[in-house]
Amino acid sequence: MSFLVPLVVLVPLLGSAAALITGRRPRLQSILSIVALGVVVVISLVLLVVVDTQGAIAVQVGGWEAPYGITLVVDRLAALMLSISSIVLLAVFVFSVGQGQADGDGEAPVSIYNPTYLILATGVFNAFIAGDLFNLYVGFEILLVASYVLITLGGTEQRIRAGVVYIVVSLVSSVLFLASIGMIYGALGTVNIADIAQRMDTIPADVQTIIHVMLLTAFGIKAAIFPLSFWLPDSYPTAPAPVTAVFAGLLTKVGVYAIIRTETVLFVESNVNVYLLIIALLTMVVGILGAVAQADIKRLLSFTLVSHIGYMIFGIALGTVEGLAATIYYVVHHITVQTTLFLGAGLIERRGGTASITRLGGLLKAAPIIAVLFFIPALNLGGIPPFSGFIGKVALFEAGARLDDPLVYVLIGAGALTSLLTLYALMRAWNLAFWRPKADVEDHESPFTEHLEEAPHRVAVQQKRTNPRTMVGATAGMVLVSLVLTFAAGPLYGVAERAAGRVYGSNEYVQLVFPSGEGETQTETSSPAPTPAGGPADEGSAP
Amino acid sequence: MSVSLVLIVVMAALYACGVFLLLERSMTRVLLGFLLVGNATNILILIMSGRRGAAPIVDGQAPPVDFADPLPQAFVLTAIVITFGISAFMLALIYRSWRLAQADTVADDVEDLEIGRRGVPAEEEDSQGDGDDESGGESEFGDRAEAAVPADATHRVAPDDPGAPASARPRSTPTDESENA
Repeated sequence: MSFLVPLVVLVPLLGSAAALITGRRPRLQSILSIVALGVVVVISLVLLVVVDTQGAIAVQVGGWEAPYGITLVVDRLAALMLSISSIVLLAVFVFSVGQGQADGDGEAPVSIYNPTYLILATGVFNAFIAGDLFNLYVGFEILLVASYVLITLGGTEQRIRAGVVYIVVSLVSSVLFLASIGMIYGALGTVNIADIAQRMDTIPADVQTIIHVMLLTAFGIKAAIFPLSFWLPDSYPTAPAPVTAVFAGLLTKVGVYAIIRTETVLFVESNVNVYLLIIALLTMVVGILGAVAQADIKRLLSFTLVSHIGYMIFGIALGTVEGLAATIYYVVHHITVQTTLFLGAGLIERRGGTASITRLGGLLKAAPIIAVLFFIPALNLGGIPPFSGFIGKVALFEAGARLDDPLVYVLIGAGALTSLLTLYALMRAWNLAFWRPKADVEDHESPFTEHLEEAPHRVAVQQKRTNPRTMVGATAGMVLVSLVLTFAAGPLYGVAERAAGRVYGSNEYVQLVFPSGEGETQTETSSPAPTPAGGPADEGSAP
Repeated sequence: MSVSLVLIVVMAALYACGVFLLLERSMTRVLLGFLLVGNATNILILIMSGRRGAAPIVDGQAPPVDFADPLPQAFVLTAIVITFGISAFMLALIYRSWRLAQADTVADDVEDLEIGRRGVPAEEEDSQGDGDDESGGESEFGDRAEAAVPADATHRVAPDDPGAPASARPRSTPTDESENA
């Protein structure tokens, strides 16, 4: 099944080329793009099943052996991320096609949007299956350059302003990442992740720490963890609704995925876990306090996005298999729910003419379907049982409580508080936008809203538009996916647990890439069964 | 591993100048800063590639031991291409920004400005017909909060304020200026 692995990157890339050629025929272009993304969804799901039953797959592209060539690795973690991200990308694309048909070409030229969107998908998929750091860097660059185009789409003044901030911050992070790749190559003579993991013990601890912190900083900017997160709530809300949705769902999670790989494969015996725990605490609390003060739904959601990255960092920083399993489940849950909420916000903005909850009202009567479509993921994000958010948070807290560490208990408390505040912020938004009668909107005074931060430079009421069936359908589909995550939580959590068990400790990963000793192997391999301890990895890690 | 001191000094100088320029307000300088930082990183990779050696061409003449490490050069090439692409995009962005606002500076975060202006009477801000990008400009926070930004800072950046409309100025000015120049 290893031939499927490169297709994950190739199909959207070729789809993008096809979309570029058919730029003058929007209908054909959209169909081609949907087909490309649909094919990737199928491939990803097949890969997930294959990898979960038969073990991970490593592909040496072009037949060049592992430390020299480009390695692609699909283990359970990568396959899970591929599956959920391809589903999200497809759903958001259907949503944007609906929006494009309804609004015409003015605001977001489809001929540009579709190819760029597919390039973004290429970058995301490439980052997930990259087996060496430089390929990961290239994946990041592909998705970032596509995101630069998408965030400044249409070139209006506000988008250019927000886009410049986003672009400059991303550039700094990319340069930092590239510099740390250079340092790693200088120190270890390789960029292959498995090879780095083998040789990491041979270099002094201080050099390890420098490289570790540089990588974490670069990934931290992309994942928007606390001190590096302030670009996100500023730049995301200005983009078109589908773009914001896919950015919120996927781009930060690519950073989280890279952090997971860093912490579990590259630096197994990590000494930064305490700092990561503190950062996770600050990310959660500072993020959610920002969300509580927002009146604009898109800004509010951007802040909850930052805040919930804290949960994932918390799980990673625990440094246990249980913590990682909970993180993986949480990432999958959060990708789905955050995207759904942003799509819902897009529907609300169109229907109500504004995204500000101080001006919205009476939407429950006007649009009961949107009310339900926003209500379910809102409860889900807030962690109300039985939804997947509750399962993920309980799993995280349980994994933390096993460590029996005072700092971890503080984090569990902060996590519970963050969850409650998320629920408060989202329910207030829902109450004001949907529950409140239209007549109350003028001169509405409430102690809960008087400190709200109105997004400046936003018109009072835009043109109200109805939502075409495609957009509502895509959002409903995403809600359905989040419900599936809830109902299928048992098997899914099993996959997450097995993924975490395999990822943790670099042994499995290293043996996957170097099946029998270093480098001297066949070009394409799949390792069906876990090899007994004392394999080549142990030899390699001996100084 | 012996390393050329010249390369290290050049890298350090490029990083220093690049970071300095990145922190500037003008977008052109930010772009130049990015180019410098990118090239500094390329030199860093070159330094990290170890000793100098023969061209890594397998022709049976030079023994492979004498070869220079070709992999970092491939990295640098890739990085140069990426930097090139991003620079082109940034130039387009700068041009667009200049067309819109006739300023190539990084605009203020409206949110920050608004927080800074609390207590200051809401400025008269023209609105422009550009979809959802225009502002009411009114602050609903009245004068309860103190101004977080000194008044002179607000004034200094006022010309670059994104609220300041492009449409209020004559569209033809860019071409006029370029003709004069």
